[in-house]
Amino acid sequence: MSSHSSQTSPPLAVEMQDIVIRFPGVLANDHVNLTLKQGEIHALLGENGAGKSTLMNSLAGLYKPVSGVIKVHGEVVNFNSPRDAIAKGIGMVYQHFMLVPTQTVTENILLGLKDPKFFMNLATYNKKIQALQEQFGLKVDPTALIWQLSVGEQQRVEILKTLYRGANILILDEPTAVLAPQEIDDLMNTMRSLVANGKSIFFISHKLNEVTAVADRLTVLRKGKVTAEGIGIEGINREKLAELMVGRKVIFQVEKKIQEPGDVVLDVKNVSALNNKGFPALKDVSFNLHQGEILGIAGIAGNGQSELAEVITGLRLCSGSILINRQQAANRPPGMIIDYGVSHIPEDRTGVGSAPNMSIAENTIMKNYDQEPIGSRWRINFSSVREYASMLKEKYVILAPSINTQARKLSGGNLQKVILAREISCFPRLMIAVQPTRGLDVGAIESIQGLLLEQRENGTAILLISEELEELLSLCDRIAVIYEGEVTGIVDAADANLTNIGLMMTGSLRSQ
Amino acid sequence: MNPEIIIHAGLATGTILLFAAIGEIFAERSGVMNLGVEGMMLLGAMAGFSTSLVTQNVWFGLLAAIFAGGILSLAHGLVTIHFQADQVVSGLSLTFLGTGLALVLGEGLTGQNPPLIPNVSIPVLSSIPFIGQVFFGNHSILVYVGYCLIPITWYFIFKTRPGMHLRAVGEKPSAADTLGINVYRVRYFYVFVGGCLAGLAGGTISLSVSPGWYSSQTTSGQGWIAVAIVIFAQWNPVRAAVGGYLFGMLRRFILDLQGPALLFGFQNPIFMNHNLSFFLQMTPFLLTIIALVWGSQAATRKRLGSPAALGIPYIRGERGL
Amino acid sequence: MRFPFTIQVEKRSEDYPKWLPLVTSLSAVIIAFIFSGIVLKFVSGQPLKVLGFFFTATFGSWGVFSDTLVKATPLILIGLACSLAFKMKLWNIGAEGQFYLGAFFSSLVVLVPLVPPDSPKIVILTAMVLMGMIGGAVWGFIPGILKARYNVNEIITTLMLNYVAIYWNNYWIFGKWSDAGFQMTPMFEKTAWLPRLSDYARQTPALSGITLHLGVVFGLVAAFVIWWIMERSRWGYEIKLIGDNPKAARYAGLNISRNIILVMMISGALAGLAGMAEISGVVHRLQERISPGYGFTGIIVAWLAKLNPFAVIVVSILFGALIVAGREIQPSGIAFLLQGTILFMVISSDVLLKYKIHLVRNQEEKA
Repeated sequence: MSSHSSQTSPPLAVEMQDIVIRFPGVLANDHVNLTLKQGEIHALLGENGAGKSTLMNSLAGLYKPVSGVIKVHGEVVNFNSPRDAIAKGIGMVYQHFMLVPTQTVTENILLGLKDPKFFMNLATYNKKIQALQEQFGLKVDPTALIWQLSVGEQQRVEILKTLYRGANILILDEPTAVLAPQEIDDLMNTMRSLVANGKSIFFISHKLNEVTAVADRLTVLRKGKVTAEGIGIEGINREKLAELMVGRKVIFQVEKKIQEPGDVVLDVKNVSALNNKGFPALKDVSFNLHQGEILGIAGIAGNGQSELAEVITGLRLCSGSILINRQQAANRPPGMIIDYGVSHIPEDRTGVGSAPNMSIAENTIMKNYDQEPIGSRWRINFSSVREYASMLKEKYVILAPSINTQARKLSGGNLQKVILAREISCFPRLMIAVQPTRGLDVGAIESIQGLLLEQRENGTAILLISEELEELLSLCDRIAVIYEGEVTGIVDAADANLTNIGLMMTGSLRSQ
Repeated sequence: MNPEIIIHAGLATGTILLFAAIGEIFAERSGVMNLGVEGMMLLGAMAGFSTSLVTQNVWFGLLAAIFAGGILSLAHGLVTIHFQADQVVSGLSLTFLGTGLALVLGEGLTGQNPPLIPNVSIPVLSSIPFIGQVFFGNHSILVYVGYCLIPITWYFIFKTRPGMHLRAVGEKPSAADTLGINVYRVRYFYVFVGGCLAGLAGGTISLSVSPGWYSSQTTSGQGWIAVAIVIFAQWNPVRAAVGGYLFGMLRRFILDLQGPALLFGFQNPIFMNHNLSFFLQMTPFLLTIIALVWGSQAATRKRLGSPAALGIPYIRGERGL
Repeated sequence: MRFPFTIQVEKRSEDYPKWLPLVTSLSAVIIAFIFSGIVLKFVSGQPLKVLGFFFTATFGSWGVFSDTLVKATPLILIGLACSLAFKMKLWNIGAEGQFYLGAFFSSLVVLVPLVPPDSPKIVILTAMVLMGMIGGAVWGFIPGILKARYNVNEIITTLMLNYVAIYWNNYWIFGKWSDAGFQMTPMFEKTAWLPRLSDYARQTPALSGITLHLGVVFGLVAAFVIWWIMERSRWGYEIKLIGDNPKAARYAGLNISRNIILVMMISGALAGLAGMAEISGVVHRLQERISPGYGFTGIIVAWLAKLNPFAVIVVSILFGALIVAGREIQPSGIAFLLQGTILFMVISSDVLLKYKIHLVRNQEEKA
């Protein structure tokens, strides 16, 4: 470090040199170099699994790099726990919020601190937090319990947590994943205001257009290595960035054939349902879906999409009518709905869609184990199972040592392929796909989107619930927008206007 | 069949359940289920009894009881927190281990008479009409300890900072972890506290409330009842105490039912046929089941539940949290 | 001089070698014996003699080996009962109570009597088998339906019912059916005895005194049936799925409530059958102490056998030997201690299946 550079520019807020982080069987970060200038917003791009979160987690004190040096404000640091990182002014806002649902905002903010010493006098702290909110423009009720708050509000609590601890280097991990377009704008303004107040921000994302809107510089990671370091935002184009992220040219348009939709397969009328907390999740929802059509459900997570998928697939009770091929399906058990020819790709791959300790083969027969030739009333024919599973493994290019590999050892993309293979091979008439490409890398996303379109061509009716508007626009024929349990509008994808959809997603616009 | 006697006895025997249940509440609120309570209680009872006998000092005995329960619980902690083994099976194995150790090491203790915990009456309070003698008159010192423990525990869990950390670790350990709280250390600590309290409960039996050593009959299932009490007390120490006292009163009531020839003016069927007393002995266990059913339904209705992370070993995720 | 190695623990990323579970389980058992030996030394001072005695007392001659198998019989059945339930993550701790209820129900055949006392042996025995299984099934049904309907913790309900079952039996044994005031029923007629090898002593003198009874065949047949259910049947697949991930099972259309009740009933039935075999094949009457804790030992057997039905047979014989030897070993609590230690060591050793331990030389890694 020559003395010249320290005279001309302020010390870097963060310097990460030659960082190597390893997990059993995986090299997550391979000699990564990264810097954060004081007062800048630096975006970290890469597809899922590239190593961005891992790298930032090491800066936040959760992991120790095997080798490499981290400097904060010019000083070499050695974090042994998150406490050390927090002490040096680093605050991380995680993608999946680290909040205790049954405690209040204030309690969550105070968690882990040495003060208050023993007795909790919450009133004083409520006031302190109120003052902090005003300084940064992050409004939320300090006495509210976390589970009562909206996702956007919870995110504000996460940011307040870091600010309360005096963080001046903030790391935001995929903060926009759970926000509506307008809320994303609010977040961007918050970030600018934070920077104006002297903070420096690392911002992890895989969404190119958001990054270009707010970042000063960006770094691209691919498979643990840096492919572009600290490049300025000027003149960046999407295609080049995508190539840096993925390693090859990415085609942004999918081939979607124009076809006439057929008969009505799914007819939802006046459906209302409660969520797990007993509050209304769906309010008088009505729409229909035809053969050979993909209907998208757009909306920010938590507005009733999960519950909608559950009432249609028999996993939740509701009032109203749900007709599948003109048979009443509302409040019927899941087994019956499967018999009606319905496939379900669930939101939760590992928690609902698969049995983690069972093999790939055993997972593929979850829906048809009682049908010939796989199984009969009493037995299961294991050689048929092996044949079936091998066939699916080949056809869907599922990468795994063998069909006997346990499901929990598969990567997200391969597990999703197993689930899709299983659901498609039942020749469904109706498919409910919930967030099918969430958390997957570009290659897997392309395959799965291709499979969905193929099903559409075969005449399957598909209900596609997704948070990625781009995905909905390219795959769907029509898009329904859901907000607070109500359908605020149904539009043709061809005529769709992003602003209008954004407005519908926040309830500011309704069209019928 | 004197209600005052029943309540008085109930407070005494209930104290045993209270200690064990509160200990289990601490452990479970941190996310670790400890089903070894019965074994820890028995080991504590034996350790307390024998140490008191050998040292002729009941306070050393009590310390030994607490210590025995604590040590056993550390084994449970190691296996479930560090080795991430299944908490149910580990707890069960420690019940066997603790019971076995207690029976083997306790050979020959039956019929011995070590010094016991003295009974005292609290000066001013015991003069209060009606309730004075019942609550504050001629009780083991440990009963008064129990009285104090209830509000202290309640306040600790709900109104203090370490209590908040405890609850956070049991609800969402990842949140606590990212804020620098050592989840492992917190869990070890509260499992240990739970074990110590279970040991204390055992010591309360053999050195105070039901003095003596009667092999496995010493605890006769009270450890399990304590675990059940935790569930239908919704992990709340005050409710657990009430449950413990009620059970204690029930036991006394059952005992009293077997004695007299006349019961409320009618001929006592149990006096006539002593074998009917077996049905009476079933009652605490049947009642535990009924209370559990009621408690589970109430929990589902109020959408309250166990600490969310109960029974799940905490592992810091590899690909982020 | 500083220790030049550090111990590094790393989570396994591939499957563990096939021989590892056997090695860890075996080492666990050995360590458990060592530990108990230490405790014994502390208490009575003659561990090696006692433990050596263990082998001669249980495998020394055909006579004692038959005793070992007799003790193993209920363990096989209960081990199977627990294996089935545990496969679905149902913690049936109530095998002891189900055993007692099975014994009670099968006694009804003789004591009520449910079948004319002069009926042929095969009729009486068949009736007893059926009633034994029904009794156990009833006792398994109760916690099953409570769990299925109200999500009541089955660990506690099954445990509580253990105590209830014992008191229930005691009522009848001490009272109405007591044999002249003793705490047992009168001995059953020979027609209610399960056939034993010693019945054939007249033809084959070598068999005299060999008390091995037909119950062991029940155990072996049951092992095969349970194996078939778990590994080959459609229902076994459903059980595995529910045990591994109940949410996925529900999503796949399975009826979880019905399966909980069914599994608890069958588990109970097997334990009840063990009860029947014990009173009909061994003591020939209903009495107070018909089980030295088979219901709990069976849990350990199932866990040690890693829920594999054939391994259950092997482990049951080992534990049967423990019980036979335990009759002679003082102090009597040693059996409980050994069992608890074995189980504890086994689950501790399972950690080696998840993590690899390396000894790494203390060296700076090249940058």
